[in-house]
Amino acid sequence: MKPAQFQYHAPTTIAETLDLLARYAQDDGRVLAGGQSLVPTMAFRLARPKHLVDINGVSELNRVRVENGRLCIGAGVRHSAFEKPVEDGPLGGLLASVVRHIAHRPIRVRGTFCGSIAHADPASEWCAVAAALDAEMVAESKISGTRVIPAREFFEGIMTTALHEGELLREVRLPILPKGTHAGFAEYSRRAGDYAIAMAVATYRLKNGMMSDMHIAVGGAEAAPRRLPEAERTLIGRPPNFGIFQAAGHAARQAVDPIDDPSIGADYRRGIVRAMVIRALESAAS
Amino acid sequence: MSNKIDLTLNINGQDHAVSVEPRKTLVDAIREDCALTGTHIGCEHGVCGACTVIVGGEAVRSCLMFAVQAQGKPIRTVEGLASGKTLHPLQRSFMAHHGLQCGFCTPGFLMLAVNTLEKNPAIGDEELLDVLSSNLCRCTGYQNIILAVKAAREDMRTKEEAVAG
Ligand SMILES: Cc1cc2nc3c(=O)[nH]c(=O)nc-3n(C[C@H](O)[C@H](O)[C@H](O)COP(=O)(O)OP(=O)(O)OC[C@H]3O[C@@H](n4cnc5c(N)ncnc54)[C@H](O)[C@@H]3O)c2cc1C
Ligand code: FES
Ligand code: FES
Repeated sequence: MKPAQFQYHAPTTIAETLDLLARYAQDDGRVLAGGQSLVPTMAFRLARPKHLVDINGVSELNRVRVENGRLCIGAGVRHSAFEKPVEDGPLGGLLASVVRHIAHRPIRVRGTFCGSIAHADPASEWCAVAAALDAEMVAESKISGTRVIPAREFFEGIMTTALHEGELLREVRLPILPKGTHAGFAEYSRRAGDYAIAMAVATYRLKNGMMSDMHIAVGGAEAAPRRLPEAERTLIGRPPNFGIFQAAGHAARQAVDPIDDPSIGADYRRGIVRAMVIRALESAAS
Repeated sequence: MSNKIDLTLNINGQDHAVSVEPRKTLVDAIREDCALTGTHIGCEHGVCGACTVIVGGEAVRSCLMFAVQAQGKPIRTVEGLASGKTLHPLQRSFMAHHGLQCGFCTPGFLMLAVNTLEKNPAIGDEELLDVLSSNLCRCTGYQNIILAVKAAREDMRTKEEAVAG
């Protein structure tokens, strides 16, 4: 038995969940969602929460719905829910192509979208998508009520977010991409299912053959995923072609300040960033 | 200090009344409290897949779930595959195609493959490979595991066609 002792709480409503979090947050009480990051961390005893509030029994959180032009993803929605497009447009297609890169099937049927966002691993695919599309995170607690936090303020660093102690990330909202939006994703990892060394998300629309509404985000390379305006600017007002994609890749390479770890040096990671931006754009264009 | 919880785990159709701490993972409860040691433990942090069992119809890592979370859900382990002395088609296929050497990873691979083929008997080669890439084997080099699962897939398909007639 590897994890340290804790008390287990199994609420069935959001109100009950918020009550429990308010009561136990100071005592290192945490949300248990899919457990696919939290339980390994507890097995290593890197985390020793005294209380776990298991949200798996809160059925109100299990919904994906479209509301006011946004896809609202509840905290109970698993990665595997996105394997078949959840929505008919380009967003549903993008999410279905991205989810195949997240871990493996048995992990995808437990792990949740919001859990990935709350955990904020630098190499999380959903975090990169959230950054690229300017997602909104809906956080709720008894103390601060409901807050909507934009992606650019949400991801603060390696596994660090703007969520307060005791806050439930109730849902994440992604803008529905208009018909005709081109969207692409690319990542590089050493083995299938591994965390990526770097990844890129790219979306744009065409106006008279020229690229507009350009969104490019890079994940895995830096402490937190973010959009890269330097790379986006290279492309706006230009027709999509390989030459200009290369220029954007080069701009991204220059713009990032990559993680430098013993097995993967910063320079190597920069090179991968360049390649992933080019591939994400190519995949968006095809 | 112990804060044990009483629960009932339904494994292969049989109820097991156990009393466990919340921190006990499902795999530990299956092995230690239900005395079903067919399910193996490798890494205990979700990487190897040795602990794969089917919970509520989905193959999952039982080292990444607490036993208390599996209450009320049907659990299937490798012990439930054979009926009496007759092995499951996948078990026979693993034997016929040398899908195991030391056998440590086998229960996990079997449960993963059974769940996958039951859900989608017509699964394509590429998707099958993607699913199987989830588990680790230190002996076989994987080729014979893949061969065994593919053969079982054909086997189970022909049987279905025969029934559909
Ligand atoms: C072998 C393996 C490979 C993996 N590979 C990848 C990969 O390639 N890419 C990837 O992105 N992920 C990967 N993962 C992680 C997986 O995607 C997790 O599911 C995800 O990171 C966390 O989601 P969860 O629902 O499992 O959260 P949990 O593990 O339950 O929780 C993680 C953390 O977030 C907090 N939390 C969770 N939900 C909420 C909420 N709604 N509100 C507030 N706080 C919350 C928890 O308190 C905890 O601190 C892998 C995991 C394993 C075991
Ligand atoms: S023991 Fe569960 S995945 Fe390795
Ligand atoms: S047969 Fe030995 S680990 Fe797979």
